Amino acid sequence: MAHPPAPDQTGELAVRLALALDVEKVDGLVRLSGGASRDTWRFTAGGRSLVLQVQRSGDGRDMGVEAAVVRAAGKAGMPVASIVAASNQADDIGASYMVLTAVHGETIARKILRDDEFIAARAALTTELGSALAVLHSIPIDAVPGLADLEQVAHYRDMLDSLGWPHPTFELAFRWLEQHRPASTARAIVHGDFRLGNMIVGPTGLGAIIDWELAHVGDPMEDLGWLCVKAWRFGSRRPVAGVGDYAELFAAYEAGGGTTVDPDAVRWWEVLGTLKWGIMCMVQAAAHLSGTSRSHELAAIGRRVCENEHDLFLALEGRW
Amino acid sequence: MVNPHDVPTAEQLLESVREWLERDVLPATQGRLQFHARVAVNVLAMVERELAIGAEQATAHAARLARFGCETETQLADRIRGGELDDRIDEVRDAVWASVRDKLTVANPKYLDGWRTGPADG
Repeated sequence: MAHPPAPDQTGELAVRLALALDVEKVDGLVRLSGGASRDTWRFTAGGRSLVLQVQRSGDGRDMGVEAAVVRAAGKAGMPVASIVAASNQADDIGASYMVLTAVHGETIARKILRDDEFIAARAALTTELGSALAVLHSIPIDAVPGLADLEQVAHYRDMLDSLGWPHPTFELAFRWLEQHRPASTARAIVHGDFRLGNMIVGPTGLGAIIDWELAHVGDPMEDLGWLCVKAWRFGSRRPVAGVGDYAELFAAYEAGGGTTVDPDAVRWWEVLGTLKWGIMCMVQAAAHLSGTSRSHELAAIGRRVCENEHDLFLALEGRW
Repeated sequence: MVNPHDVPTAEQLLESVREWLERDVLPATQGRLQFHARVAVNVLAMVERELAIGAEQATAHAARLARFGCETETQLADRIRGGELDDRIDEVRDAVWASVRDKLTVANPKYLDGWRTGPADG
């Protein structure tokens, strides 16, 4: 991770941000975290708590499309942070950015799954997530132009091949995926990374769905399957985000106006999701090995690929 | 194999650094630094396990690959992908899973235990 900018750079960002937002000044600008593709800052302006996300150079995605998805999701009634300002031009503050309202709550999965503060939230979450996905998937796909629309198996097949680290387990999984592809032809705007970690949860339940940069057009069952991938249960035995059961999720999704759920289709997406996370672990190790981001944490993630392989065998036991 | 080095062995050196991280660094740090120290402890423990059982695992892995006429993982992956092993696919799966369990035994043995006995915290 890069070092936080020097105080004078923070000062300059604060000035440019105030200009961009057309406010006299912004206060308490603090960098919260830096991901591979963006930096996140917290600040206040005009009495409001806000969050700034700034795209890193090298990330080719159009943040304007992401902002449009968040707006469309909010308009449809999904719990999201409201967008206060967004720009995909570098003129204002030096890079594409979004300013969103700060939503109070927790994002760290292990706290949400284990702390007493979230007992009521855990009880409510599965139904809330099913309803939220039903709302998202009801948005017409042409409501947001510019969304990626990639065939997911081919996409991750190419990503694995380009890494150049073949795994027999993944070949077995791709073979299974090809042989068991669901018949469903439904298309929707999907979040693309719908799981604990990418949602703000308060003491009573879901506060907001965040981190929309992987949103794309696809099969709506992709979001349900990804939510159930074993890695996103963070050690819990409950299949849905570590807090709920499949039947509860599917019932809430259908009650909220989603299409009738075929559990086998969700399972198929869950298997692809497990494979996908295994490939993403390799991508993270590659970021270290290539020198893009030297880090023993990223290096160690390379040795988590076998967890995903094991999960694939467990998920497919008796289903081959 | 004979090597020219003095004691401590490579294993003992790693162990000494891991013990220092656990004893002195973890209690004295917090937040992100403590998390990264914990990752370092886990990485050293992993390498210790690999040094202890890696050679034995390599022999078993080579024997599994040889059953399918392969010398490397890449060859086996290619043959599965090309459909050449479709008539022995059950046997292939059993062999591949056995090697995956060996990898987990080094990388994160709790992950194997956790599934059978209770929630894994890994």
